[in-house]
Amino acid sequence: MEDILSHLIGGFATTFEPLNLGLVVLGVTAGLFIGAMPGLGSVNGVAILLPMTFLVPPTGAIIFLGALYYGAMYGGAISSIMLGIPGASTAVATTFDGRPMALRGDADTALVAAAVASFVGGTISIILFTGFAPPLATMALAFGPPEEFALMVLAFATFIGLGGDDIPKTFFSIFIGLALATIGLDVVSGKPRLIFFDLPGFYHGINFLVLAIGIYGIGEMLWVIEQTKGEVMLTKARVSWARTKDALRRLLPTWPTMLMGSLLGYFVGVLPAAGATPGSLMAYGVAKTMAKEPETFGKGNIAGVVGPESANNAASTGSMLPMLTLGIPGSPTTAILLGGMVIWGLQPGPRLFANEPEFVWGLIASLYVANFFALVINIAFIPAFIAVLKMPFTILAPMIYVLCIVGGYAPTKDMHDVWLMLIFGVIGYLMRKLDYPLAPAVLAIVLGDLAESSMRQSLIMAQGSFEIFFFRPISGTIMVVAIALLLWPIWGVLRRRRKAPAAA
Amino acid sequence: MRVAELIMAVVMAAFSLAIMWKATELPVGWVKGSGPGAGAFPFWLGGAMLACCVAMIVRWVRRTSTPSRSRATYMDRRAIQLFIIGAGSLAAMIGALHVIGVYFAVPLYLIFYMRYVGHHGWRLVAAVAAVTPVVAFFFFEIALKIELPKGFTEPMFYPLYDIFL
Repeated sequence: MEDILSHLIGGFATTFEPLNLGLVVLGVTAGLFIGAMPGLGSVNGVAILLPMTFLVPPTGAIIFLGALYYGAMYGGAISSIMLGIPGASTAVATTFDGRPMALRGDADTALVAAAVASFVGGTISIILFTGFAPPLATMALAFGPPEEFALMVLAFATFIGLGGDDIPKTFFSIFIGLALATIGLDVVSGKPRLIFFDLPGFYHGINFLVLAIGIYGIGEMLWVIEQTKGEVMLTKARVSWARTKDALRRLLPTWPTMLMGSLLGYFVGVLPAAGATPGSLMAYGVAKTMAKEPETFGKGNIAGVVGPESANNAASTGSMLPMLTLGIPGSPTTAILLGGMVIWGLQPGPRLFANEPEFVWGLIASLYVANFFALVINIAFIPAFIAVLKMPFTILAPMIYVLCIVGGYAPTKDMHDVWLMLIFGVIGYLMRKLDYPLAPAVLAIVLGDLAESSMRQSLIMAQGSFEIFFFRPISGTIMVVAIALLLWPIWGVLRRRRKAPAAA
Repeated sequence: MRVAELIMAVVMAAFSLAIMWKATELPVGWVKGSGPGAGAFPFWLGGAMLACCVAMIVRWVRRTSTPSRSRATYMDRRAIQLFIIGAGSLAAMIGALHVIGVYFAVPLYLIFYMRYVGHHGWRLVAAVAAVTPVVAFFFFEIALKIELPKGFTEPMFYPLYDIFL
């Protein structure tokens, strides 16, 4: 333990060197703005700014990118809360309660909640990282395709509860999301699938952002405009010291949710291939199940913001663990970081801790510092974010539309995706009017690829038998929990129907 | 609302069938030596979607779901008007992106929306319409190096590329 502590102190010394400290602040601020824009997330920031890091030594470079990663996790919540558009797939769960809070006039409370929860999630996960890096890495290696699939089923089960009462529509939403995820080139066989009308744009599949921005951006705007009958609607957004202190006080009782989110997010992040996205979604689902009043979720319950936000920050730290200790990326962003490390001449893996201690511990220490700066900068900018919300809706709406268009174009540079986004927005709006839950579809398209490939790989391993999911200890346990969670709401509906037979 | 619910369920059922049919272009069963065929997953998903649609239609017939009971209008005149303005102007702007590019289509759209829908004063409209493309250019093209569609106006930007990029 003393060994680790002395390494850590050395890491702090490295971080507080002027260049590295400056890189932390710069990285966090850049990450915050990039994460806040719909369509751009940590992946974009890290990928685009990676070449610029060749100007600095590798330690400084990874500190900058780590700070960027963190800042983007904080930033994603801003777009989710303020605009109702998830800034990145990691921030989808934050929209569920963050946006209703903003519509109520509590945007600043939601932003403070997200910032503090992110800070707690980040801190707890860094502490876990510091202490438990090597043993967790070995455990993560025990995860094979059946375990990954079981985890996906669990993730789906935790958000069945998001659908509300109409069970066929909820399941339909999930299935259509999964089906849309299959469009494009099949990962296993390489053959093109579901290329409707032979449009070339479908070959690269449907990017999650196209669906998400279409539904949450364009669809949401159409919905709001209809609800307010086109009248200029000013959100009652306020910010002041008194309200900030009040927000912090309201956060205190949510500490169990924060703890749960942090632990869940960290462990999900550690698993290869799963990252902040499934982690934050599961944390939301668990927070809702654990809550005393689950019906308030989705309407502006502060715990619904706290859970996913602590989870996604914890997961981003967690996903760096397999990257550093095993050379296996824990998430798409860490895959790019891994590429960067190789270019800088570093060899990730078990030897990294021994061969390059200054690099590793400098990174870990910088994460603590980045976390702190992110919190401070985030809270300092809240008045600016609120000022944006106060704009008249007839200025805000077209700006949001334009942001959506560009955000939909940016990932693939294909106008086909922009048109698709508009179509999804229109259809999503029409379906929403009929009480179709759309959130499960967006989540399904994010996890669809991973779910399908892990299922197929597992079936290949088991020669076609589904038993493999239940006979392996880890995946068996997860599957049982998932099935229990899946049946829970159905059982609840049946129980309610039996109790009130006359009310139908 | 009742009618809309039924129409939507039927349309979605048709879409599910389309997915199932399109999925059969690739092997749907077990391919020896390499696991489930590429078409299997989408095929069974389409089937599950179809089952959900059938359940929705059954609920419609039995009037157990809320929208199927409601006699409210799905979209009244004002809603249709707002929808056509909102989605229509957006579609027009996206179409314009192909021809005149972002830096002309976006200001035109902003002018239309802010002036004719929002009734804002010309000074504000002009200011926003002028500043937005400039900010977008510097943020996306220079800082993030993401090229935005420019249509036929691309040659106008070559001198700017030479200066900044």
